[in-house]
Amino acid sequence: MREYARFLVRCFRLSFVGDWKYYTWMFFLTCISLIGLNAYCKQFVHGLATTGMTDQVSWGLYIANFTYLVGIAAAAVMLVIPAYIYKNKDLHDVVIFGELLAVAVIIMCLLFVTVDLGRPDRFIHLFERFNFPLSMLTWDVIVLNGYLLLNAHITGYLIYSAYRKREPNKRLFLIPFVLIAIVWAVSIHTVTAFLYSGLGGRPFWNHAIIAPRFIASAFAAGPAFIILTLQVIDRFTNHDVPRGVFHLLRQIVTVAMTINVFLLISEMFTEFYTGTGHSFSTHYLYFGIGEHRALVPWIWTAIVLNTIALILLYLPHKNRGIWILNTACVMLIVGIWIEKGMGLIIPAFVPTPLGEIVEYIPTVNEILVCGGIWAFGLLLYTIMVRITVPVLSGELTADTLHPSELNTVRQHTV
Amino acid sequence: MDLRIFEGSGKSPGEACSCGSRGGAGSRPGMTRRSFLRASVGAAGGMAAFAAAISPLRELEAGDVPNLDAFLQKHYKEMTEEEMEAALARIRERVEQRYHVRPEIRDIKPMDGVEFVYALNLSRCIGCRKCVHACVAENNQSRDPEIQYIRVIEMPRGTTDIEQGDHHYDRPRVPDENHYYMPVQCHQCANPPCTKVCPVEATWTEPDGITVVDYDWCIGCRYCEAACPYWARRFNFTEPRLASPEEIAKDPEIESKRLNPNMSYLSNRPRPKGVMEKCHFCLHRTREGRMPACLEVCPVGARKFGNVLDPESDVSNILRTKRVFVLKAELGTLPRFFYYFDERDPSAEDLPAMKHGGRTAPAGDENGGAS
Ligand code: SF4
Ligand code: SF4
Repeated sequence: MREYARFLVRCFRLSFVGDWKYYTWMFFLTCISLIGLNAYCKQFVHGLATTGMTDQVSWGLYIANFTYLVGIAAAAVMLVIPAYIYKNKDLHDVVIFGELLAVAVIIMCLLFVTVDLGRPDRFIHLFERFNFPLSMLTWDVIVLNGYLLLNAHITGYLIYSAYRKREPNKRLFLIPFVLIAIVWAVSIHTVTAFLYSGLGGRPFWNHAIIAPRFIASAFAAGPAFIILTLQVIDRFTNHDVPRGVFHLLRQIVTVAMTINVFLLISEMFTEFYTGTGHSFSTHYLYFGIGEHRALVPWIWTAIVLNTIALILLYLPHKNRGIWILNTACVMLIVGIWIEKGMGLIIPAFVPTPLGEIVEYIPTVNEILVCGGIWAFGLLLYTIMVRITVPVLSGELTADTLHPSELNTVRQHTV
Repeated sequence: MDLRIFEGSGKSPGEACSCGSRGGAGSRPGMTRRSFLRASVGAAGGMAAFAAAISPLRELEAGDVPNLDAFLQKHYKEMTEEEMEAALARIRERVEQRYHVRPEIRDIKPMDGVEFVYALNLSRCIGCRKCVHACVAENNQSRDPEIQYIRVIEMPRGTTDIEQGDHHYDRPRVPDENHYYMPVQCHQCANPPCTKVCPVEATWTEPDGITVVDYDWCIGCRYCEAACPYWARRFNFTEPRLASPEEIAKDPEIESKRLNPNMSYLSNRPRPKGVMEKCHFCLHRTREGRMPACLEVCPVGARKFGNVLDPESDVSNILRTKRVFVLKAELGTLPRFFYYFDERDPSAEDLPAMKHGGRTAPAGDENGGAS
């Protein structure tokens, strides 16, 4: 126990140590987070009127970001499955970074839900009258927090084992949890999709394809995100990521994206060919209704980005492979963010169930809050990686000192 | 050994926090003066930035922060009689403080053997929106921003497709002869999607069929608003006010004058910001045998309300004898709000009026021709 406390203290200290690049990056993220906090405080005082949401479009950017991030979080399993089930050695090493990402991203998800609440001060009511199993939102609360705990346990256990130089007890503390986490990752997705598709009064959401599309797009955007992250880790830390990992992830992204596009086409066909009243929202999304066209430029940007990304992924990759892959990943991340965030949430509210058309334009304050949460999430993730890399490489263990700490020893003796 | 070394590490800006709290950090060996300075400057800067970030919280008013009793208040269904009394006393006090009016507030329970139902005669409604405003006045809805429970939609004759309606019609005179008018409010569904989705059971259906919200329990997630197929729910995006700042500037007492002091816990008591509200069939009136405000004000008698379990009631009679329909029946929400048209009198001028609709007639012809 004492040893563990010491471990935490060392981690805490380590997170303040780094070169100037690290400081600049952390300083930048801290600033954005604080700006976001400031914007949230304004919202807390004046109410959600500080956002662009209305009774007509009652969910906006917050829930859009939440939805997108649930996908990213679940994608961590795309590293875990091949690593543990197919015993892919390359992946073993990097799984932990995927799971850490899941931890940071789930925290972001929970923050996005919290800032969306009109009465966050009544949070405790969830513990007193929990409408389970009727409300899908309660399911979501359970699966998201469960996923957070699972991943925090797995990563925490792995890191701490490395720190104590102990061989992790795989049978007891690792594999069962990893297997649960795999199933759980699919569940956080499915439940979040059911949150929307269960509403009969919103035809845009009320169909069975929502959940599969959710999973497909997440398994494209998530690994894309991880590809980029791993490269950053590879470059800025002394942790080497085996090249094979990128190859495997690329395959996952390609397959998932292909399925996603196929599902999208099926969806569009049903909506537009039949042309029932069902398709008003879809129409609004892709073409606008009358002079109401706020989402049109966005969704077409997303379509272009996704299409180019898919083509790039299918191109044979040779020497410049990694740059092509990176471009494709960035495009996918942005494209799917638009498609699944804005494109999935907002059109469901336009027109309203009574046929009124009111558009949603997020306010600056709302965007600042979102930016703050993103920055905070990245900050958390950076710290986690900062600590994990030296521990895994054996630089920081229970009985050795990290170079940054040695520095102090020198100072001490001077 | 290690531990000592750690205590001496003076590299980071964050350090100063921990050192500072223990006091006298500067004198400790191992902490060079320069690194100590750097650390304290960093920490002080961080604290200042944090303080600046949360500074908007200073604008919170005393009334915004709930006292402990209010914070610990239980869910409506779990409150004992004494606890309810205490809750009502708190509300009374708050209303008096803010509006200088002593409200008549109670917790009115449903009557046995009663299930309320509304029936609206579309042949009669002239779209004057008197019901909309009577409702706002009766139920202490916010005037700024404006919250209205009833939406009257102007529909072109010849269709019942709600997407073709106009929500914001503005005519010097109503009714317009090419349109009919369809008021929509909470349908008090017998199978309500809104209560099903609420994560904290802040909204539920009472035994007399009225779906209510406990304004002190709702966490403001707006899931119910997304779930309602009739767009019947309204959210308090900010602190509700009974008058706009300009109106208050003209007449400082205007909010007190507008306040309806006859209130109940589950219906028209003033709502805080950040919670959901909706039509509750004026339960503080109807549970005591009076009619809803919207019905009383209707100049043409288009609205009928009553107990459907009583076979002699107006509404039972209408459900038995008229051609009644509900909105979006396919969703299975089982509304307790019915629409009907007056029966066609075969001898009357109704017939040309039907032709006037245009669309129904040719469509009927086509079908007739085909079969
Ligand atoms: S009309 Fe809407 S708010 Fe009213 S009971 Fe039905 S679903 Fe709930
Ligand atoms: S807004 Fe309030 S009443 Fe509606 S679902 Fe959320 S907690 Fe329940």
